[in-house]
This record gives sequence, C-alpha cells and structure tokens, in this order.
Amino acid sequence: MIELSNVSKTYFSNTRGSGSNAVHALKNANLTVPKGTIHGVIGLSGAGKSTLIRCVNLLERPTSGSVTVDGQEMTRLSNAALNRARHRIGMIFQHFNLLTTRTVFDNVALPLELMGQKRHTVRDRVIPLLEMVGLADKANQYPAQLSGGQKQRVAIARALASKPQVLLCDEATSALDPQTTSSILELLRDINQQLGITILLITHEMEVVKSICHRVSLISDGELVEDSEVGDFFTAPRTQLGREFLNDFLQLTPPKELIERLLDAPSENTHPVVRLTFSGDAVSTPLISRLARECGVDVSILQAKVESIQERTLGLMIAELLGTPTQTQQAMTYLESHQLQVEVLGHVQRND
Amino acid sequence: MSSAMIDLILQATLDTLYMVAVSGLISTLVGLPLGVMLYVTRPRQILAKPVLNQALSIVTNIGRSIPFIILMVAIIPFTRMLVGTSIGINAASVPLTIAAIPFVARLVEGALNEISPGLIEAAQAMGATPWQIICKVLIPEARGGIMTGLTITAVTLVSYSAMAGAVGGGGLGDLGIRYGYNRFNPTIMIITVVILVIMVQAFQSLGDYLVRKSDRK
Repeated sequence: MIELSNVSKTYFSNTRGSGSNAVHALKNANLTVPKGTIHGVIGLSGAGKSTLIRCVNLLERPTSGSVTVDGQEMTRLSNAALNRARHRIGMIFQHFNLLTTRTVFDNVALPLELMGQKRHTVRDRVIPLLEMVGLADKANQYPAQLSGGQKQRVAIARALASKPQVLLCDEATSALDPQTTSSILELLRDINQQLGITILLITHEMEVVKSICHRVSLISDGELVEDSEVGDFFTAPRTQLGREFLNDFLQLTPPKELIERLLDAPSENTHPVVRLTFSGDAVSTPLISRLARECGVDVSILQAKVESIQERTLGLMIAELLGTPTQTQQAMTYLESHQLQVEVLGHVQRND
Repeated sequence: MSSAMIDLILQATLDTLYMVAVSGLISTLVGLPLGVMLYVTRPRQILAKPVLNQALSIVTNIGRSIPFIILMVAIIPFTRMLVGTSIGINAASVPLTIAAIPFVARLVEGALNEISPGLIEAAQAMGATPWQIICKVLIPEARGGIMTGLTITAVTLVSYSAMAGAVGGGGLGDLGIRYGYNRFNPTIMIITVVILVIMVQAFQSLGDYLVRKSDRK
C-alpha cells in the first residue's frame, strides 16, 4: 500500500553554493507497508521521522527516490493529481491542527468541501464520523472548548472524511496524557480493523508501538536501521539503539551501584552479570531452578520483569551467576540452548 | 451657536466619515490581497516567489516610509488626474487611500503570521490548492487579527483625514483649522476635537466587538 524506495531528503541551508552545509534528513530509506497493516516508525527526536512521514504524502518532496501509495507513484504526479491522491491519504498531527474558527462539524466537513461535495452529502458523511469517534454531541462546539483527546478525535474524523486508504499519524499521541493516549490508540486500532485502513505512524514512544503496531522500523540519523515484527523487536532487537529503546521502555537497567562495580574482563574471583531475555515457551519453564540443579550454579536475581507484547510474553531478568568459570559458562550455554538470549553485561568481584 | 455653525459642524463630520469610509474601503480591497500576497509568496510558503516577494516588500516599505503630509502634496498631479481637482474630500481621499494600502497590507501580513504553520500543512495534506488554503484557512483563521488591523487603520485614517484639512481637504480637521485656529474660535476647536474623540472611540468599540465575534481561540 505504501512503498518508499531509496528515498533521500537533503536540506540545503540558505547560503547558496557549496554543499557543505547540507543536512541529510533521510538516507536511502526503503519501506513497504502492506495493505491493512499498522506500521510504526520509532526513533529519537531529529532522527528523520517527521521527514519520512511527510515524504509519503509529499508534504516534503524527496530529493531522490520514489514514493508509491496505493499503486500510484506520488513523486511523478502533477500538482492537481497530487491533490487528488492526497484525498486518499488522511493525516493526523501531534498538535491536532484543527481550524479554530470552525466548529467540530465544519472541521470534519473541510476535506469534503475541498473536494467540492454538496452540502447534504457532506452532512451524511460527517454525522456518522462524529458518532464513530464519540463526539456527535459536540458538533457545534469550537476546538477551544475541547480537551486534547477530543481534539485528536475530531482530527481523526476529519482525516477519515474523504474515505482514505491510508492514515498517516505524526506523533498523534505525544501531546496527550497516558490514559487519553490509550483511548486514542484503541480508536486507531478499531479504524484499522473495521475499515481496513493502512496506518503508518511515527512515534518516540515504545508504548504506542507495543499496543497497536504489527511491524516496526527503527530510524536513526536518517536511516532505517531495523525493520521487524513487533514481537521480534520487543524480544530480540537487532541493533544497539533497538536495545536501548527496549531497556528504556522496560526500565530494566542494572542498579547504579552494580554498574560502578562492573568489570569488562573476567578474572579469577569474578562472577558474570547477565541480562536474560526470554519469550515463548521459555517464560513458563522453571529454568532458574533447573540451572541450580543441572549446572550447580546459583542465580542471584537483581531485577526481573514480565511484559505481554500483543500475543507474546516477554520476560527480562538481570542476574548474577554464582559458580566457577566452567560452571557459569556451562549455565550460559544451557540457557542459550533453551532459546534464551544471554547478554553478558560485565563481571563483578566475588564478595566472599 | 448659530444654526449655520451647527450645519457646518454636521457637514464636516459627514465629510470626515466619508473620507474614512472611502479610503478605508478601497485600501482594504487592495491592501488585503496585497498582505496575503506578501505572506504566501515568501520562501517556503504555499506560493513561494522570493523575487516577487522582495519587490512587493520594498514597494510596501516605500509607501509606509513617506510622511503623510509629504505624500499628500507629492501626488497632487496624480490626484488631479484621478478626480479632476486637488481640493475637497474626494481629492483628500486619494492620498489617504494610498497611504493606507501598505499600512493595511502589513497589518494583514502580521495577522497571517499568527496562524500556526501546522494548519497550512494539514490543509495541504487534505489536498487543498493554494487558493483553497487562502480562502478556507488563512483568511478565516486570521479574521480576528485582520479585524484588529482594520480597526487600527480606521482610527489612523480619522487622524490622517484631519491632517488633510491643512491643505483644503474638508472635514473636521479643515473646520478646526479654518474656524478654530485661523478665526480664533476656541468653541469650534473644542467641538471638532470632541467629535473626533467620539468617532475614534466608536470605531474602536465596533472593531473590538467584531474581533470578539470572530475570535474562537
């Protein structure tokens, strides 16, 4: 449904001539979003998320590469054809961008007015949309009278008015509190399921990816560095940045005093400190006690957490493995053979 | 006070209102589109035309920088060509209009500056043409600010029209100078000033009312 191939965007600052002050906001981005899926792009501020999503409906024109939406190559369209194509792509924003001088009804009616639809057709379309987002009773109010969540609902209704195939969400929940965020995400999920609309969203919040996305891409410094199923991303991110996002989200970092004691290399009197990530069957297996029995290694758990990510369960643990170097090595091999991810964070001196 | 005097004051008041109305109306009709042009032709705006924008900006600044009293006498040939005379209220309306056009344009541009760029982006994402963005987003959203600007313009025109009295322009300023100042008639002078004060107050109140009505923020 959405296909970006080799899309790059370079901004040149105002001084003409030398290309030395060019900013590469997007570098050879390739992205495919199949029809009916919800795809998230996560990244830090300034990573190029905004540029990426704006390249889809050409609010930003890519410097090179091609953008195809619903079989139409956007980058080749004339202005008039581009405007028609944009009617098939809805977009919502972090700051809602509702017109302050129009009522809720008239805001939702705006895209239809722009398409030149008749007054009664507009009415027949707007009322059900307002009912769908639960704001039928607010039709004659002005945006200033609404809460943030209600404003975003109006924006969603407005984005859906022209019956788009695709919905672009630009940090749509970043300005909302956690409760409102989850109700908006629920609405987006319903829209995806009931209307079959393909959703591309950008965010810096793992929570958003976790609760509604099917696939996720990680963007860093203008490059898409990772692209995986959400379940895989949360259980086994392939990049360092992915792991950092996951750790921030799970808030599973070793205690500060432990970090200070961590040594990079093992020696005679040290124990390894490991981060274990386990998903699937491993979650329900009593591995820790088996470890003690079968490898003769004691496990001191420093931190642990179990999360459910959509249909999957994810367990995380930071633990110290107590035993001889041979025993602990054997224990790690044992864990890996049971589909656990073992990451050695460092080594600590024995206390005894 | 003689009834002839009262007639004179009444006529002068109507003359002032006439000059403000004519120059206010025409300068809005020209200044509003000019202000919109100044805004939408900026670099990275919806109809970016940097060269045109620079040219418009320079012309506007020239118009804004000529003192009104000099503008009034400098364009006498043009005024004659347009209305056939250089004295009277129709003649005075010409320089008033010319002075007010760039004034209105800058105030409109300022009002448009207040609009969040996100609104323009949202409209573009909906597939709005630049013309639709101007008519359905920019002007309605800036309505409050534009009203404020037009109120300021009307008030400024009242005082400028009094200045036009100095060169035989008619209206309250003319009356004040000829009867109040040249003939040492303090009553007339006070009455003209009081009427001007009331007029300005009325314009301001009307303007404030319209701004309140159009502002939904």
